[in-house]
Parts: sequence; C-alpha cells; structure tokens
Amino acid sequence: MAIIAPGQPAPEFSLARADGAPFTRADLRGQRTLLVFYPFAFSPVCTDQLGVYNDLLGDFSAEGLTLYGVSCDAVASQQAFKEHLGVEIEQLSDFEPKGAACRAFGVYHPGGFPQRALVLIDADGVVEWSYEADSPGDLPGANLIFDALKAA
Amino acid sequence: MVVYADFECPYCAALELWLRELPLRVAFRHFPVRSSHPRAWPAARAAEAAGLQGRFWEMHDALFADQGRLEDPHLWERAARLGLDVARFDADRRSESVQQRIAADWKAGVRAGVGTTPTLFVDGDRLSGRPDPSILEALANRA
Repeated sequence: MAIIAPGQPAPEFSLARADGAPFTRADLRGQRTLLVFYPFAFSPVCTDQLGVYNDLLGDFSAEGLTLYGVSCDAVASQQAFKEHLGVEIEQLSDFEPKGAACRAFGVYHPGGFPQRALVLIDADGVVEWSYEADSPGDLPGANLIFDALKAA
Repeated sequence: MVVYADFECPYCAALELWLRELPLRVAFRHFPVRSSHPRAWPAARAAEAAGLQGRFWEMHDALFADQGRLEDPHLWERAARLGLDVARFDADRRSESVQQRIAADWKAGVRAGVGTTPTLFVDGDRLSGRPDPSILEALANRA
C-alpha cells in the first residue's frame, strides 16, 4: 500500500480529537494542513520529531500551515504524550476502527501502526505533497516540510 | 565531523563520552528543543557565554557531566569553578548575540534535516538518534 500521491483529493476519513469529536475531510477545508503520522506515543526517541516541529510552529503558521499529529493510540495516550512532550500540536486518534484513516492515506504499517509519514493538504482538500520515512525510526527533518511548502 | 546536540539530552551525553576517545575534530552545533528539554536553551547560552571567555569546551564538558543540575545556580557554580568572571558570564548568557548564535545553529540544523539529537554529520553522511556501537565503529574506521 503506497502513500497517497500529490494531486489526489484527501480520502474520506474520521479521526478522534481530544474531546472525542470527529475530525474529518470537511475539517481540512479552508486551511493548509500537515498530517504528521507517527508510529506510537512514547516511542523511544530522545528528542522527538513533534518537539522539533513544535519549536517551529511560528514558522509554520507564518506559512499558513496547521499541523496535526496522527497515530493509532487512544485519545488518552495521545494526550498524555502531548503533555509529556510539552507540545501544542493537536493530536488526532485513529484508534477505532483502528488504522482506518491511516489505511485511507496509505500509511498503515503491517505491524499495526502508522508509518512515519507526512501529508500536506491544501485548502481545497487536495494532497500537495506526501512523504514516507524509510523506516519508523527515521525522523523526517522539518526541512522537508519547508521545501515542500516552497515547491508548492 | 559536526555534531548537533543539546546539553539536556542523555543520548548526547553518552555520545560525547565516546567521541572523546576518538582522534576526530568535532564541531559542536546547538540543537536545543524547548519542549523536550526546558533547560537546553539556558545550558546552550551558558556554553556560549563561557566561550566568550575562551572556555567553551570546558563548560561543554561540565554541562554534559552533570545533566541533573542545569538550573541557574548550578550554571553560576560551574562558571565560578572554571574561573570565569561570573558577572560577565551572567550578562553574556542573557545577551542577544548569544541568543542569535544558538538560533543560527538551530536554523542551520533544521535546514540540514536534523530531526533529533544527537545527529552527526561525517563526510556528508548523517547519523542520528540513540548512539549504538555500530556508530562508534563507523566513526573509528574513518578516524
């Protein structure tokens, strides 16, 4: 299963926000969005990808970009992780039915978790750029995102 | 070799111990991530301020040697121990120019694709994350 390609409209999907409310394709409209798929909350890396991105939120918002973290962890785990990292990036849970949104975007790993992947979606809900890391332990640098924003 | 690291990162401290054993020239670049390591920025500022008195590497070693003690009084204590002018150290570490030096390293790191600490660049190759013996071996072979 390959990651969704640029030019494709975002698929129908439903993720859970912190309060349990759904986040769907309709929520992508009107804003440039980056979905940051990551394998697990509390995965053993020292300085986390989300921490790096969080320190760059000012630069991202200057580009009109909103980031969301997506994993198959339960909402409670994601919120604990968010608090642990001290990040502001909103977390979206793909817990039930597990991995359905990740499958729709083509980033579901056979091991039962999202690949480490980035999907940039424009304000019309069309994929501008997508990236899948070679391995879950490979943390995509923020330079890839800035390059994608410039190229688009 | 260039290493991007932060003084509050335990993997960075472990890597530093290994690098010391190798006959390599190391250029240190700051990559402090606020959310994971709230004292990484103050520690980076302390190292740069010590550097203005010619003692960057001594402060670098002193910071990595005791990562549990990175609060302001601990930083002053280290400065005094290294024989620095502590008042000047304290003014320098809060200065705009020190802030900008660290921010420049951070931005360069982001541009170079640094996504975690520590990240090493050796002959154009990027090695990152938790140091393991294979990294050490790869470095020893190049040394």
